[in-house]
Amino acid sequence: MNHRLPWGPMGRMAGRRALLAVPVLAAVTFGVFAVAAASPFDPVKAYAGTAGLTASQENLDQLRVNLGVDQPLVTRWWNWLTSALSGDLGDSSVMRQPVADVIGERLGWSVLLAASAFAVAVVLGTGLGVLAARRPGGLLDRCVSSAAYTLEAAPAFWLGLLAIWFFAVELDVLPAGGLTDAASDTVTPGQVATHLVLPAAVLGISQLPWFFLYVRQGVADALDEDPVRGARARGLRERTVLLGHALRSGMLPMLTLIGSRVPELITGALLVETVFSWPGIAAATVQAATSVDFPLLAALTVLATVAVVLGNLLSDLLYAIADPRVGFDG
Amino acid sequence: MAESVLGPARRTTRRIRVVSSAGIVAAVLLAVLLVPPLVQLDQQAVDLAAKLQPPSWQHPFGTDDVGRDLLLRCVYGLRVSLLVGVVAGLTATVIGTAVGALAAAFGGWTDRIVMRLVDTFSSVPHLLLGIFIVAMFRPGVGPVIVSVALTHWLSTARIVRSEVLSLRSRPFIDAAISGGASRGRVIVRHLLPAVLPQAGLAAVLMVPHAMWHESALSFLGLGLPTHQASLGNLVQTARGSLLAGDWWPTLFPGLFLIIPTLALAGLAGAWRERINPRRRSELML
Repeated sequence: MNHRLPWGPMGRMAGRRALLAVPVLAAVTFGVFAVAAASPFDPVKAYAGTAGLTASQENLDQLRVNLGVDQPLVTRWWNWLTSALSGDLGDSSVMRQPVADVIGERLGWSVLLAASAFAVAVVLGTGLGVLAARRPGGLLDRCVSSAAYTLEAAPAFWLGLLAIWFFAVELDVLPAGGLTDAASDTVTPGQVATHLVLPAAVLGISQLPWFFLYVRQGVADALDEDPVRGARARGLRERTVLLGHALRSGMLPMLTLIGSRVPELITGALLVETVFSWPGIAAATVQAATSVDFPLLAALTVLATVAVVLGNLLSDLLYAIADPRVGFDG
Repeated sequence: MAESVLGPARRTTRRIRVVSSAGIVAAVLLAVLLVPPLVQLDQQAVDLAAKLQPPSWQHPFGTDDVGRDLLLRCVYGLRVSLLVGVVAGLTATVIGTAVGALAAAFGGWTDRIVMRLVDTFSSVPHLLLGIFIVAMFRPGVGPVIVSVALTHWLSTARIVRSEVLSLRSRPFIDAAISGGASRGRVIVRHLLPAVLPQAGLAAVLMVPHAMWHESALSFLGLGLPTHQASLGNLVQTARGSLLAGDWWPTLFPGLFLIIPTLALAGLAGAWRERINPRRRSELML
């Protein structure tokens, strides 16, 4: 794109979306508190742990007042919201540290994993999609398309386990999980890289079907359009037509939709990080859930919602940049 | 793609696909409905002498870490997963149809507020919301069904709403209203029957998706208790023996999840082409 980006309208759109996100996040946090209030979960017992079994009723009541659990739902939600806005998200009982620290330590690893997985999915999906679109209904197209549907139906955790069995147990070429070797106590880039290969490949491949089917459809449609026919008529090489013309117009709508794949990426990360013991926030979410760590779980649920809202904004911005007819009104 | 432009070869492949999908679905239903009452085998029968045997004629899927037959365990696991999937999928479809139809039929502020809420809760990833609900209510069959149903009615509500909105302007609805029909009668007698095919399609596609969610939750240790082993639980227990190189306890439960999913999606695709031939079938997961 050689013209200047329309920063003004883009900024206004981002601002409007940020305003719209306020009620969305308020509603989601309130929903989280309402579900917790309706459930049999008791924060006092969770806080006291095994000591709560032998503690006197007076002590438990005192703890209830100290924790603020005796207050009505709306008050508790409001207190949490105001202290969260000032950076205090409470303490995680399972990680034994403040929730903000848990997120700070782990977010980077999750972003690294997600970005590598996205790169795998985009590269493989684009390559296979172009090859399949060259001859729709051909042998390659049918094989890869069937594989894509099968992969779409296969759970990511199952793919991850099979990958561990094949590459870590049978071939013994890649580590089965974690961030570093069990014996080492420092994090070196080389070790992280070898430990990243399997989880990133599995997460990327679990996102692949969607990319592949989109590129294939986009390129196959573009191959039927006038610009491509014109390029062919001018006698351009097949490769130039395919990569320079068809892929460019077929990819544009797909690239803009990447942002809207954030929910699926989070879902995949929840499973893949757990399978590979990757020290990211998705694995922490599962740990928080199995040990009913409400402060951590609530914060991570809200964080995921923020990520989805940001992803949607990104995809709408890209869409409007790529296709000037759309505009920045949404 | 209309029927007429398809060549005979394409039509044959499509017929093969529909027939094989229907065959697999029928086989799965027969297996989960008939095997438990008819076959006098105990899926919990422990035989430590025969633990972790690879697939053989006696145990086609091999045995697990305490010598239980995996084929039998998979059939029982599929039965549990399918039950959860059908109940959760139907519940989600009923909620979604009711909300979507009411929002569209009432219109105005009701519609705006309801659809705003639908949009808001679509922003939370389904599995994460499901994990949250199950964690708060303790793992079990009830919470798993509730968590899957509560997170999946949103898309059905959107489909039904847009369908009802387009129906509302049709002459037969005007005729019913000028004939003096009440709002309730218009909704129940005229609008709902017309959206039933779409809602039914959504329900069929929802079942494998709900099964997927149940397996994921069970695998994460947030699903069904181990004495009601579903396919997800089977994969979860297989993790221990996988690192020793025993692949079969992991492989077969996963295949039992994938094959019915593809068959149901194939059937739903054929159905969609029948009720709406302009749209090419695609797998919606």
